[in-house]
Amino acid sequence: MPTMNMVQALNQALREEMRRDPRVIVLGEDVGYRGGVFLVTEKLIDEFGELRVIDTPLTEGGIVGIAVGMAMYGLRPVAEIQFIDFVYEAFDQIVSNVAKIRYRSGGQFSVPLVIRSPCCGGVRGGMHHSQSPESYFIHTAGLITIMPSTPYDAKGLLKASIRVDDPVIFLEPKSIYRTIREEVPEEDYIVPIGKARLVKEGSDVTIVTYGAMVYKSIEASKLAAEKHGWDVEIIDLRTLMPFDREAVLKSIEKTGRLVIVHEAPKTLGLGAEISAYVAENAIELLRGPVVRVAGYDTPFPLVHEKLYMPNVARIYMAIKKVMEY
Amino acid sequence: MNLISQALAKDLNLDKALGIFRVLDDQGVPDESLEPKLSKDFLLKIYEYMVRTRILDEWLLKLQRMGKVAIHAPNKGQEATMIGAALALREQDWMFPSYRELGALLVRGMSEEEIIDRAMANADDPLKGSDFAIYGSRDKKIVPAPVPVGNQIPHAVGFALAAKIMGDNIVVLTFFGDGATSRGDFHFGLNFAGLFKPPVVFVIQNNQWAISLPVRKQTAAPTLAVKGVAYGVPSIRVDGNDVLAVYSIAKEAVDKASSGEGPTLIESLTYRLGPHTTADDPRRYRSDEEVKRYEAKDPIPRFRRYLMYRGVLNEDLDREIWGRWRDYIETVVRRCLSKPELPEEVIFEDVYSEMPWNLREQLEEFRESLRVMKSLGLRVE
Ligand SMILES: Cc1ncc(C[n+]2csc(CCOP(=O)(O)OP(=O)(O)O)c2C)c(N)n1
Ligand SMILES: [Mg+2]
Repeated sequence: MPTMNMVQALNQALREEMRRDPRVIVLGEDVGYRGGVFLVTEKLIDEFGELRVIDTPLTEGGIVGIAVGMAMYGLRPVAEIQFIDFVYEAFDQIVSNVAKIRYRSGGQFSVPLVIRSPCCGGVRGGMHHSQSPESYFIHTAGLITIMPSTPYDAKGLLKASIRVDDPVIFLEPKSIYRTIREEVPEEDYIVPIGKARLVKEGSDVTIVTYGAMVYKSIEASKLAAEKHGWDVEIIDLRTLMPFDREAVLKSIEKTGRLVIVHEAPKTLGLGAEISAYVAENAIELLRGPVVRVAGYDTPFPLVHEKLYMPNVARIYMAIKKVMEY
Repeated sequence: MNLISQALAKDLNLDKALGIFRVLDDQGVPDESLEPKLSKDFLLKIYEYMVRTRILDEWLLKLQRMGKVAIHAPNKGQEATMIGAALALREQDWMFPSYRELGALLVRGMSEEEIIDRAMANADDPLKGSDFAIYGSRDKKIVPAPVPVGNQIPHAVGFALAAKIMGDNIVVLTFFGDGATSRGDFHFGLNFAGLFKPPVVFVIQNNQWAISLPVRKQTAAPTLAVKGVAYGVPSIRVDGNDVLAVYSIAKEAVDKASSGEGPTLIESLTYRLGPHTTADDPRRYRSDEEVKRYEAKDPIPRFRRYLMYRGVLNEDLDREIWGRWRDYIETVVRRCLSKPELPEEVIFEDVYSEMPWNLREQLEEFRESLRVMKSLGLRVE
């Protein structure tokens, strides 16, 4: 089996889906001859031509609005937003249409659209090339929101997203686009939407996380084991909405302790929802407070980003806090 | 001359939006009927701004490669547009640039040192490490650009409209690229400008490319200037590598705006000789031959030929100018490199006028995390 990074895995997912289904098309800024600024769509235009790989004018609102029309007609568009930080012009379309057309039309129309976009920090991208805005989408009924953390999952989840009949916001943590390599089958497979992945088994405390923070959590778990012998379990949500509540509950049944780690700002981040869910439905399982490690409630800074983002020290502090409660 | 007013007179006169206004030919020889009457000192000042911009641009590229600057958007080839347009502004006027106007910053009085401090986001960075590739200073009446392309266009219109409402005599000039003309913000801004006639000047730096998208794939409109015409904004196309053409037209637009005659859109035809940014590889989408063709139209040698033709410049003076600015900017770079980083807690500043409880709490956690890192000997990865 070949090993590949996430960019290559995503490229392969797109290529396979476009070969499998002539309704799948790709559109976005610089996705054609440039192959995307991160090369996720590299050379697709050579195989599928300008009608199915569309270099669009510079307007995110236009890209998404046009893709909505295409999806209603019956295509399976995959729209790229060059950086998720630039999606805001398209918010009107996403919130008012992508998310609501099924409901508004009494189920007569749907928008099987995938909006994929590099997200998150860690590459010195500054304020407008680093954000983690997943909460806006999670909060919008009608959207599925996904963030893979491995090449294997990226390929399988993107294929599942293209095939599902609902719109999907597919967020790709750019800091791990090329840093993680693993074996990825060259044949067709999907990773199911709505299912978390058990990254590491443990018995003392559960970390629920996703995206690039999976790797920071692994490092912090090593530190906790080294310093205190604590055995950390790590769950990668993969699908953020609808998140895998069974996986979360099953894990805290065992550990009784919950830490949630994400890059997105703390207030109304996904951690708030998971924590409330557990408090409402399974408070008796908890032996201590739920602790969140998240981006601070500030814009994403250009300077000191590694201190702004959840890092090993901050995750370790959270583990310590719940373990010593 | 009154070129813009002529366009205005015939109302939807498309001639100016379809033609190209130029003063200098490719060899730098002026059309004497259009040549502005500028003093020798002023002409040399224009040239020095161009030289300074080119040298500064080269340094920012170098500093980026050294890891001292996060990213840089090269200005090479576009100096005539940014400098010609900014020189048309008066002391009291304001500027809303994008991320590719180093020369305009210099014209408005930002120093090389402020610009490099900003690019490096060091302790003296006037924008306190907020984002990359953007520059500005309230003192100099330059509003720092938003990185999302074109966001500043409606801001410039609103700013100018506010001045009009308050009865203040200022003109607002905003720069943006050809790509930005596809954004909603461009259309919102132009529509309001056409209706409410604020004193605003739009300068499109049509450098032929928006990353990999050539302008002919950005729009099917015959020119970008006709988009202004569609909104009832007098619009004109100029040779953006001819600093005298840009200056003449921008000056007229500023005069017109300041005398209550409303907005003008200037489409300035230029070319980005470098990569889109230091993160780009233009060979993936354009040929070296094309770049070579435009290198021959580089605005700096073109203006130098004009100055020599007019006897304002000779080889010795030219060498002296380049040498003086090279030495000066190198000294500035060394000084900037020796400055400390911004303090860590700066990331919590300026979110609100006063820090709310959640941030105060988080700042405490932040301090604690720094202590823990130190005590465990953890380095920021
Ligand atoms: C809203 C938005 N979408 C995408 C980007 C990424 N991006 C940065 S510059 C650029 C092209 C801009 O082209 P143009 O307006 O012609 O300006 P130029 O870079 O050529 O000066 C793109 C797509 C962005 N910064 N903002
Ligand atoms: Mg451009």
